[in-house]
Amino acid sequence: MRYRDWNGASTGQKLAAFAGLAFMHFPVLVIILYAFTTEDRTYEFPPPGLTLHWFEVAFAREDIWAALKLSLTVAAAATALALFLGTLAAFALVRSRFFGKDALTLLFILPIALPGIITGIALLSAIKLANLAPGFWTIVAGHATFCIVIVYNNVIARLRRLPKTWVEASMDLGADGVQTFRHVVLPQIATALLAGGMLAFALSFDEIIVTLFTAGHEKTLPIWFFNELFRPRERPITNVVAVVVIAVTLVPILLAYYLTRPKE
Amino acid sequence: MRAMASAAATIEPGARALGRGLSTFFYRRSTFYLLLLLLPPLLWLGTVYLGSLFALLLQSFYAIDEFTATVVPKLTLETYRQLITHPANVDIILRTLAMAIAVTLACAVIAFPIANYMARYASPRMKAFFYVGVMLPMWTSYLVKVYAWRLILAKQGILNWGLTAVGLDGVLETALTTPVIGGPSLASSYLGMFIVFVYMWLPFMILPLAAALERVPQSLIQASADLGARPRQTFWGVVLPLALPGLAAGSVFTFSLTLGDYIIPSVVGAPGYFIGMMVYQQQGTAGNIPLAAAFSVVPIVLIAIYLMLAKRMGAFDAL
Repeated sequence: MRYRDWNGASTGQKLAAFAGLAFMHFPVLVIILYAFTTEDRTYEFPPPGLTLHWFEVAFAREDIWAALKLSLTVAAAATALALFLGTLAAFALVRSRFFGKDALTLLFILPIALPGIITGIALLSAIKLANLAPGFWTIVAGHATFCIVIVYNNVIARLRRLPKTWVEASMDLGADGVQTFRHVVLPQIATALLAGGMLAFALSFDEIIVTLFTAGHEKTLPIWFFNELFRPRERPITNVVAVVVIAVTLVPILLAYYLTRPKE
Repeated sequence: MRAMASAAATIEPGARALGRGLSTFFYRRSTFYLLLLLLPPLLWLGTVYLGSLFALLLQSFYAIDEFTATVVPKLTLETYRQLITHPANVDIILRTLAMAIAVTLACAVIAFPIANYMARYASPRMKAFFYVGVMLPMWTSYLVKVYAWRLILAKQGILNWGLTAVGLDGVLETALTTPVIGGPSLASSYLGMFIVFVYMWLPFMILPLAAALERVPQSLIQASADLGARPRQTFWGVVLPLALPGLAAGSVFTFSLTLGDYIIPSVVGAPGYFIGMMVYQQQGTAGNIPLAAAFSVVPIVLIAIYLMLAKRMGAFDAL
């Protein structure tokens, strides 16, 4: 019996692991189910009936479309900024050694290591001190700040696996820096860039904790969603939007996973 | 057309030489190249992020004028004095700290079997399945998950229905009538909030823990068994100490995420306030940014203390 410990898991261990996994997916299924309920005031279970009505209602709501559009624009802008800054940082830090490098690395991770509320209130303090009006660009600035590290992590992991000799060989064969980047480095890191960009996009699209501080009067989709949580009517519409949000964030995340998964 | 082509031909060698020259220049003076690369991200994080953190610290040393309700930009310790002498504020800090510790412990206990199975027993295919299975809920919209729990925990919700169906509704009744953790329904009690916190941060514990467990050498476990240790002894004496760095890394996440959260306490609400809610409310309706800033310094200090304790206990030695 002692062999069991390294030959395989006991039934109990297996059961616990699968139960845990099921527990983690259960709430998402509930959300999807309640998007089809006919009952719009309480969260009665089981739902008295199923309908597609709420998709129709949500589709016709101008405020939802406006919020969705704003969130997509913000995410696109924040991702672009994070891609630029994160890639530069990764290229700078991948092979260099200098005094203070550890502190610098810490600076890059700090925005996601500290709780979001600290980033949020810190940005707001700065906005107030600088007499800026919170709005689209302050949201983008906040999102870009914590998205940089996502891109940075993805790109630097790939660069570490890129042999330095390839770049040297390319230069020895007469290519200049731009050509080497275009034909040697870029093809190697392209999927890492794409994966980092998509994760950053998903993170920004869904962000609420920092956004509530920096948004001013703007309403991103998560803010719309948050306000809706305290409104007792037409609740299934919130679920319809939730289903859309799940779809919009999960597709890029799954793609990012397949682009960066370790190959045998 | 031809003239343009020949012009391009004459320009190209020149541009090429310039390109080569620049490449050589950057290769030789790599410090210059490094600075050029680092400047934009450094400027961004240095001004936007560090600048903001500094602004936060500065604001916390300002105070609000009680009569005009405006922030007086003069350095003072008044706001911090308010923070640590008002019993209500101290309660909020202690309540948040207690919740963070409870959530961290529960996450560690629940995450262990999952991480252990996926890291040490699962076949490669099953392992990939588990990784995706843990990552997907982690990346699913934060708000959507919080909202889902409101549906699940509601009075007529699915959990109540399920417990009644299996005849366990009495257990829920007892839990809800227990002083401190109870409340009118799970959706408005500390117990409900605790469940939601544990659910939300569980993947952040599983992933580092699984990474640490994966590095436990199989030979050590075999050696332990060969030397006559029972599986239980091997677990406490070999596996757990080696998994400690992963446990520590995961607990830093669960601890700090709980300390800073304000959405969960306001959506799945018990009557008592939490640090995050206080920060949000003070900067919003109350307009007291200095107090909000001072409150947000508390989690930073608590996390720093936690990291120091973890380090002293040797949690990072094996890294």
